[in-house]
Amino acid sequence: MTIAPTNPRLTTRVNGGDTLVTLMGDWTTQDDGGVSTATAALFDRKELRAIEFDSSGLGRWDSSLLVYLSAVRDAAAPRSIRVDDSGIPIAARRLLALLNQHQQAVPRVVAPAAPARRAMFVERSGLWAIAQWCEVVAMTVLVGGQLLQSVAAVLGRARMRRVDFVGCMYDAGIAALPMVALVNVLVGAILAFVGAIELRRFGADIYIANLVGLAQVREMAAVMTAIVMSGRTGGAYAAEIASMQGSNELDALRVLGIPLQDYLVLPRVMALTLMTPVLYLYGSAIGILGGFAVAVSMLNISPELFIAQARSAVTMHEISFGLTKSIAFGALIALAGCRIGLKAGRSATDVGHAATSAVVVSIIGIIMLDAVFAVCANALDM
Amino acid sequence: MNHEQKEPVLQVQGLAVGYGDQGIQHDVSFDVNRGSVFAIMGPSGCGKSTLLKALIGLLRPSAGAVRFGTKDYWALSQDQRDDFGRGFGVLFQGGALWSSMTAAENVALPLQMFTRLGVAAIDSLVQLKLSLVGLDSGRESMPSDLSGGMRQRVGLARALALDPQILFLDEPSAGLDPIASKRFDDLIIQLRDGFGVTVVMVSHELPSLFGICDDGVFLDAATHTAIGHGAPSVLRDSSDHPVVHAFMQRERPAGNEAPA
Repeated sequence: MTIAPTNPRLTTRVNGGDTLVTLMGDWTTQDDGGVSTATAALFDRKELRAIEFDSSGLGRWDSSLLVYLSAVRDAAAPRSIRVDDSGIPIAARRLLALLNQHQQAVPRVVAPAAPARRAMFVERSGLWAIAQWCEVVAMTVLVGGQLLQSVAAVLGRARMRRVDFVGCMYDAGIAALPMVALVNVLVGAILAFVGAIELRRFGADIYIANLVGLAQVREMAAVMTAIVMSGRTGGAYAAEIASMQGSNELDALRVLGIPLQDYLVLPRVMALTLMTPVLYLYGSAIGILGGFAVAVSMLNISPELFIAQARSAVTMHEISFGLTKSIAFGALIALAGCRIGLKAGRSATDVGHAATSAVVVSIIGIIMLDAVFAVCANALDM
Repeated sequence: MNHEQKEPVLQVQGLAVGYGDQGIQHDVSFDVNRGSVFAIMGPSGCGKSTLLKALIGLLRPSAGAVRFGTKDYWALSQDQRDDFGRGFGVLFQGGALWSSMTAAENVALPLQMFTRLGVAAIDSLVQLKLSLVGLDSGRESMPSDLSGGMRQRVGLARALALDPQILFLDEPSAGLDPIASKRFDDLIIQLRDGFGVTVVMVSHELPSLFGICDDGVFLDAATHTAIGHGAPSVLRDSSDHPVVHAFMQRERPAGNEAPA
């Protein structure tokens, strides 16, 4: 009698060409033994002809026993060793038979060995470039379509419901006020502190007002508001449209011939493009207020002087520059969100991916667009 | 069911559908006669729903033609297909209700988009359609608050919103208990008799198939084509194709030990 070293739950007894496997104790996935497919020890004798089982000492068992038995059977089959399963509990025998049947029912079609080679670098970069080009074309079609449809909407000819448009305006506008206010008031305050460090040394404290006013109106309010909106609204657009994809809701629209461009995309793009500049103006004012509060209460600058300085720094020209940018940012966020939502897959993971990539694409797009604006403004001496 | 006029409203000729390079069904041909309840049958995964997508304009077939009357559907432009599609009502698997709208708004949207009716008229039509499908409560509920059977009913009311000529149903009784499923079948027949609409349904629920379908096509998963034509009950009683016979009798195909 030998004890298989890999498996403490069985003993094997050799009798000529036969081996009797005695199963003992509990065979469950919860045991220390766990799941075992180690059958090599059983098959290392050349003269082995048949395997029999004795399960009179077997305790509780579950799938882990089946895993072992089917491993024995699979290892025995190619060597035409007979496996006598009469000693196995009847229930386990039935399950094994079921296993057998399904293995046969699904003919193991060995796929013609595909040439297992990794795509060449050139091929991969070519495919990547084609995919990118398709995306550029799709985006161009979307942007062009939206431009045309927004004209149609103004003339009342687009298939857009006013109630959807108003809902989107509310979501992208009033509902975003607290967040935009919080972010901008803090940015304004931070700008005042930063200015104080350097300007103090030259006794030019009062220019803190110029710094806060100019930075807020020209850059920070537009960029910060856009970033808040991309996280808040762009991601929501992508997730919402992607989950409609998953539940066939988009198909239900398509079948009725309701154009997704008009019905879903247009109200969102129009709402965000209209509301972002409004939020920008609000954010600028709140940001300057934040800087004002810090300057007056902590940096000992007189309120009247701050207001006078800020008014001289912030001209109509600066405001229109920021306003232009925020319109572009709003359109970018909405278009990116909707486009990513529309091309998303149908699973729950895809919804998450769509939301994430909408936010990432929007934020990167905002910063890049802002850089373009800065370079253009510099070149045009604005 | 005896229908005197045998006028095909939908003719499918040599249709092949698939995704990318992967063919799912090919050489599928059948006619759907006006007023019939036509079943697209077959085992799970044989491509019934994919075929349906080609009929309702969601997936361009790779070969063949879908004719409604004299019009070759896929030869039309996108705009013409959209116009044409308004003559279809489609009930998707699980209803596919627009989840951001109430049940009543779901039924109202097609009317708002494609008719010039006023608010009051639309409202009364919506109430009518919802009553027809037996939804007397929960009209202002969001789809997520409705049970599966109620969602299915709202989906049917929405499919009927524009008084379609043809009603496409994708697995209408999937996920319903036997009684709800039977009620839904009865409802489909009552609506067919009432509106004279032609019904094309994808299903593998035998009780529904035998209960209400008077014509059909059987799609095979192994050979990827149609292997049986006719009413489900006729196929059950007289088909000599082993797969069709086994499916209809709810048994294993003969020779399961060495299946195709």
